[in-house]
Amino acid sequence: MSGDVLSYAFWRIIHSIPLVIGVSIIGFGIMHLAPGGPLAVYTLNPTITVTDIERIKVALGLDQPIHVQYLTWAKAMLTGTWGFTFFGGRPVLEVIVERLPATMVLMGTSMALAMLIGTAIGMLGAIRRHSIFDYLATTGAMLALSFPTFWFGLMAIWIFAIQLGWLPSGGMYELGEEGNPWDLLRHLVLPTMVLTLVLVATWSRYARSSFLDVIQQDYIRTARSKGLSTRAVLFGHAFRNAVIPLVALFGVQLPTLFSGALVAETIFSWPGMGRLFVDALNMKEYPILMGMIMFTALFVVVGNLIADIAIALIDPRVKLG
Amino acid sequence: MTDIPASTSVSAAAPSRSYGQMIVRRFMSHRMAVAGAVLVVLLCSSALFAQFVAPHDPTTIDTAKRFLPPLASWTYPLGTDDLGRDTLSRLLYGGQVSLMVGIVAMLTTMLTGTLVGLAAGYYGGIVDNLLMRFVDTLLCFPQVFLLLVVAAFVPPTILSISLIIGLTSWMEVSRIVRAQVSTLKEMDFVQASRGFGASNWRIMLVELLPNIAAPVLVAATLKVATAVLMESYISFLGYGVQPPMASWGNMLTNAQGYFDTVPFLAILPGILITFTVMGFNFLGDGLRDAVDARLKIDP
Repeated sequence: MSGDVLSYAFWRIIHSIPLVIGVSIIGFGIMHLAPGGPLAVYTLNPTITVTDIERIKVALGLDQPIHVQYLTWAKAMLTGTWGFTFFGGRPVLEVIVERLPATMVLMGTSMALAMLIGTAIGMLGAIRRHSIFDYLATTGAMLALSFPTFWFGLMAIWIFAIQLGWLPSGGMYELGEEGNPWDLLRHLVLPTMVLTLVLVATWSRYARSSFLDVIQQDYIRTARSKGLSTRAVLFGHAFRNAVIPLVALFGVQLPTLFSGALVAETIFSWPGMGRLFVDALNMKEYPILMGMIMFTALFVVVGNLIADIAIALIDPRVKLG
Repeated sequence: MTDIPASTSVSAAAPSRSYGQMIVRRFMSHRMAVAGAVLVVLLCSSALFAQFVAPHDPTTIDTAKRFLPPLASWTYPLGTDDLGRDTLSRLLYGGQVSLMVGIVAMLTTMLTGTLVGLAAGYYGGIVDNLLMRFVDTLLCFPQVFLLLVVAAFVPPTILSISLIIGLTSWMEVSRIVRAQVSTLKEMDFVQASRGFGASNWRIMLVELLPNIAAPVLVAATLKVATAVLMESYISFLGYGVQPPMASWGNMLTNAQGYFDTVPFLAILPGILITFTVMGFNFLGDGLRDAVDARLKIDP
């Protein structure tokens, strides 16, 4: 049994290699879409002359044919530097990984909350279908999906930070409080709230339809007719089967999670990867931008891979191969 | 007079109304969908007639009238911003920009998505494989990241922003179209058409396309909603519609600077974005329920 899963995992990994190569080609292509190429930023700098640019071009190998450049770049990706930043010349991967913990704290908390709250809302909505709760939850989810995230964030700052003064309006720690978990928690509340709202809306909608699917199955009717309590049927029979498809949703939601984190980090000055991306955008730091695009895409590929393998592990009905 | 009741017709299940009437009736019974439709019509017409409705020019600066409060005077019903520009006029013209971007982006999305989906579903084999792997690859990139990187390279105009949004969001549409087409193409009427010697183009455009119109229309409505949201994101981050031209997104960016003193400048554009997105979302959801083939028998 586990051997099956193992070989499934192996083939699933092999199949995601073309995807990774595709991601890298598109990522590389976008960088070269820039008018004047990735060095265009230097033409705006008066202290750098045309001959300087030519020299940098040769030094960075940008005078080479495009496929040679791609291979050079791919090698930099594989050897772990991911290129060097324009300002400061630091390895791009190092700069990104530095911001990883802040983003992971924010995304992890939000995702965990969204999964808990969303599954609960979806489950209740499915059991009490067409009830007032179901109606409110469905409409509420639609409303949450219609909010511009950044606007919701601004409103949260206005209410909780400016008007009520309960929570800080941005940042990760107060000055001199670095590493204090209580201070981190206070700063985490608002950005998490904003990010969770977006995720919970999608999550509860999927959870509702998944639970609806399952509780209409024959084996649920059988369990009920045996005289089992609603609770026993729900948690003993329905829950596991309804939650399995949601594992796949986790993978699918990763891009949304990154996009949401970018917005939340920008509004709340959260020192994570999204913030790094916007800063790099403003400074036209193409190596960082490309690194970020690649990093998020690879994260999504791996996340989906893990979700698929997890489903294969917990659901014996999944056809492997 | 010679009205024959539905129950006496040949098949008891045969509807007495046309498919179109049935859809309209089902749509009208969906309260949120009707509310969405009303909202969309209201917002679209106010944007369409902004030139006639707006009391002021949206870009006229009058520093003597900075930060007038809303509901205080008839000449400036919603007050003024940091440069003394009329908020109501800017909201109306901003709506024009946001909806224009939403609709042009939607058209781009639908055109690209439908073409790719049609080709993949109809031809199958290697074409399908290549196109769908390309779609898979693009779906790995978080849309806001992709959008911002491309937007940073391209001079921002309404058209370029619309195209960028459209070209980064067609992937789901192509999957929907492909799924529909690959089942439809095996059906008898398509085979018959092929038997009569119809060309591939003719089969795709005349036989297949009308049959997938319903899900495409639903997707189109929902795509306007996402495109309006995306425009507000990139305008808010400074890479969308550029000042002095008003868009709801850049009005919010501007308002952020005076947030603690004049919050209404930030509240109003946000409410309008929410209403627009919600209107199109409810409309699309209602349409989906109304045209869903699986629900053909009235509940």
